[in-house]
Amino acid sequence: MIVTILAYIIGTYVVSRIVESKRHATDRLATAVMTSSFAVVLLPLVSVVWTVVERGSNRFDWTFYSETMRGVVGEGGGAYHAIIGTLIITALAATFSVPFGLFTAIYLVEYGGKTRFSKRVTGLVDVMTGIPSIVAGLFAYALFVLVDGPGHRSGLAGAVALTLLMTPVVVRASEEMLRLVPNELREASYALGVAKWRTIAKIVLPTAIAGILTGIVLSIARVIGETAPLLITVGIAQGVNYNPFSGRMATLPVFTYNSYAFPTLPRDASLDRAWASALTLVIIVAVLFTGARILSSILKPKGLK
Amino acid sequence: MTIIDNPKQPTEPDTPFGDEKISKTGDKVFFGLSFGAATLILVTLGAVALFLVKEGLPVFTASDKSDLERGGDSFFGYVGPLVLGTVYIAMIALLIATPIAVAVAVYISHYAPKRLSQTLGYFIDLLAAIPSVVFGIWGITVLAPILSRTLYPWLDDYASWLPFFGSDVNVSTSGRTTLTVGIVLAVMVLPIITAISREVFLQTPRLHEEASLALGATRWEMIRQAVLPYGRSGVISGAMLGLGRALGETMAVAMILSPADGYFWNIITNSNSNTIAANIALQFPESSGLEVNRLIATGLVLFIITFGVNALARRVADTGFTGADG
Amino acid sequence: MNSPKRRLVAGAFALTLVAAACGGDSDGGSTEPAGDSTEAASSEPAAGGGVSGTLVGAGSSAQAAGMQGWQAGFQSLNTDATIEYDAIGSGGGRELFLSGGSDFAGSDAALKDEEFEASKERCVGDQGAINLPHYISPIAIPYNLPSVDATLNLTPEVVAGIFANTITNWNDPAIAVTNDGVELPDLNINPVHRSDESGTSENFTDYMSQSAPAVWTFGEIEIWDDGPGGGEGAQGTSGVVAAVEAGEGSIGYADASQIGSLPAAAVGVGDGFVEFSPEAAGRVVDASERNTGRNEFDFAIEVNRTPDSADVYPIALVSYHIVCLEYPDQATVDLIKAFMTYVGSEQGQADSAAAAGSAPISAEVRADMLKSIDAISVGA
Repeated sequence: MIVTILAYIIGTYVVSRIVESKRHATDRLATAVMTSSFAVVLLPLVSVVWTVVERGSNRFDWTFYSETMRGVVGEGGGAYHAIIGTLIITALAATFSVPFGLFTAIYLVEYGGKTRFSKRVTGLVDVMTGIPSIVAGLFAYALFVLVDGPGHRSGLAGAVALTLLMTPVVVRASEEMLRLVPNELREASYALGVAKWRTIAKIVLPTAIAGILTGIVLSIARVIGETAPLLITVGIAQGVNYNPFSGRMATLPVFTYNSYAFPTLPRDASLDRAWASALTLVIIVAVLFTGARILSSILKPKGLK
Repeated sequence: MTIIDNPKQPTEPDTPFGDEKISKTGDKVFFGLSFGAATLILVTLGAVALFLVKEGLPVFTASDKSDLERGGDSFFGYVGPLVLGTVYIAMIALLIATPIAVAVAVYISHYAPKRLSQTLGYFIDLLAAIPSVVFGIWGITVLAPILSRTLYPWLDDYASWLPFFGSDVNVSTSGRTTLTVGIVLAVMVLPIITAISREVFLQTPRLHEEASLALGATRWEMIRQAVLPYGRSGVISGAMLGLGRALGETMAVAMILSPADGYFWNIITNSNSNTIAANIALQFPESSGLEVNRLIATGLVLFIITFGVNALARRVADTGFTGADG
Repeated sequence: MNSPKRRLVAGAFALTLVAAACGGDSDGGSTEPAGDSTEAASSEPAAGGGVSGTLVGAGSSAQAAGMQGWQAGFQSLNTDATIEYDAIGSGGGRELFLSGGSDFAGSDAALKDEEFEASKERCVGDQGAINLPHYISPIAIPYNLPSVDATLNLTPEVVAGIFANTITNWNDPAIAVTNDGVELPDLNINPVHRSDESGTSENFTDYMSQSAPAVWTFGEIEIWDDGPGGGEGAQGTSGVVAAVEAGEGSIGYADASQIGSLPAAAVGVGDGFVEFSPEAAGRVVDASERNTGRNEFDFAIEVNRTPDSADVYPIALVSYHIVCLEYPDQATVDLIKAFMTYVGSEQGQADSAAAAGSAPISAEVRADMLKSIDAISVGA
């Protein structure tokens, strides 16, 4: 297959070079490279998605979405409890990190300028991107142990760990999008005597909103599949727990990991649950994504559509 | 990176703290919120760093190190191979992913028909959400066997003059190698780099593009002259996000790689230097006492590596052309 | 499905339990676990069907699958009771238990001496904690040699030689000696080991170190690279099985229930060779000596890897439940006695066997351990 693609690329270039000009040949070469690299990328990605969908579909049934694992061993059982847990914890993490990250980005782009403080914050955001997820989990655990004593497990602790991982991604993405807003827009607004905060809220943010929402959803995507920190901070439960402030909760990633790493007999039943729960994660993000897309097209100022 | 210059007008002093002159409460609140958020970043990181240092320090200060078997007394002897593995694998992933991701982003933003490009963009973004456990399982069950049957024997036969395919050791039969992990991580970070790059490419001012085309440039020349320079900082930013994920990726590496203790340059054998994050995940659950402190100290090292890499990338991006000038 | 309200109550109760178990050094709400505890106190622990409340355990990941069987079995007998278990690893489990963060620990190793001393602080009274070997998991040696139909017989020296990288080809005379009539291929041996720190590695290397000390000179290790290194590393039991399946000439060690269709070697014991079976592995506890010297109820054993008779399969992971002899309140005592009695019972052992393929403990050991469980009481 790779040979075919290479032949296609080189063939295009040579033919065009002979028939047209060097510039056109380069242009066609570029087109060929872009198109084929896209095809090359699609291959593994489609393979991954196909694997998830194909193996996940074994347990893509109503039982899986309506029942928990309490009292279940072997076949059957579901991930209702894990879905609830993931939604609650991720929502909490997003509630913390979206305003946190967005306002930091606003500070960096709109207020901070080139001050030393803002440079330091930028550097620290970079450092934050590099926090290994397991370290974030350890930190959150240690924090809650200080307050509550050893053995603390709660959805809140998990949300704090995820916030640590999510915030830098939100900052990075929003910062990038805010910087892309042309300065002319800001200047025009100031010239009309509009206050700075209104300029940011009414002009800058709406212009960048599509990119920012993409960034936020990407950041959710980044943390929703995190396993290690939730394993330490939230643990795993067999039944539903709606209260993120106390007790263990099941979450989809930990449920996936547990079902895969410590399968009960028969092994296939456990593995099927693992795949179905991975598929569920992807579906949740797909729904979020569609929501973000629709929202961003509503929020976008008319002229920019 | 060029920071947006404060607009030159009397109501906008250049100092960030001088906004009191605009006596709107809204402004104060807004500034307070954003300044507070930025400060909170400092505080949070300070807390994390404090925690890491406090928990990692005993490795250096403890008098009784009998808990530590591998590496013994020397922390750097322990962490050295892990640093190599971490950087090596992340670099392989980034080298593979970045050019392809940029090409894909350009394809989506400037080549594909609009309707198609939206669908494709959506699809790529979605891929970023697949949990790393899944990439791990996919790597083991799908990719590794394919590579070990096709690519690796070929590399061993024809490319063994290259140091990283050297033939002195046996080629892996199951494909759980540095190169396999690098490719899996490349697939994982690709959607991230593509998503950010595409978003930036789409923001290229139409004027720039049209001017370029009007001057008779071909589509590729337009992209090279207008789109790529404009999106450069975005691409680097996306690559950094990708690198952050590759450096810190835990589960996929832990599940796929066949690690061994030592420095290994050959990327297609069973003996590979492990990564810091994967090593933490593999050893942490059954560790106790000083071993835990040592693992946390390696976490601190990972922290420092990421910081260094990011600082470097910032500098590279700073020298470039940025959108706010447009 | 569970009603949310009840789950909330159970969650809140779990917290009170944990707080209570801390010995009162935390100030939050440890005063009165009133309603639930009286309800629990009135029940007959051994009978099952009556206890309620939440019991929190953490530790060994080797037990994780078996624990799911126990949770399901126990919770269907006692619908108001919840057993929570985090597979955070043996070391972490013991640490959490000793700090009062859990009611019991699951651990692949018994409490060390200093940990036993610490347990006197953690538990009420001065008797400390005891170890109960409730989970026995046979470790098989699967291999991938499609050209060989017969079951391979491997002596301890050969097993150790393979994993210490001194025997490197399948046609090595040392292997051929005990496998008459088997056509051994000229193929490199690819020994697969666990890349994560694990109790399975610890038990397997302990076996080699006891049965072939001249060849395996690395002692009992949890991390492979502390020993010979080399070979191929793979994460977890699933990883090892997948790696052996993927490469012809590979051999590994893994929980016997998880090796799927791979053949497993028979290992040399005494003068003969024994294939793994749950019963043969279960006898390993009987063939081992109890460590004495702590207190009469403690059941820590030094696993005997070189039994005399060939009806014992010596490569098994023995995993403990670590519990206090005295707890501060009746509710916890009732729950822990009910749960531990159930786990050790024939039913409990059958449930974990169904979920994880573990080996049952023998009737004699069960009777002995029941005495220890009965001794658990409320202390001041």
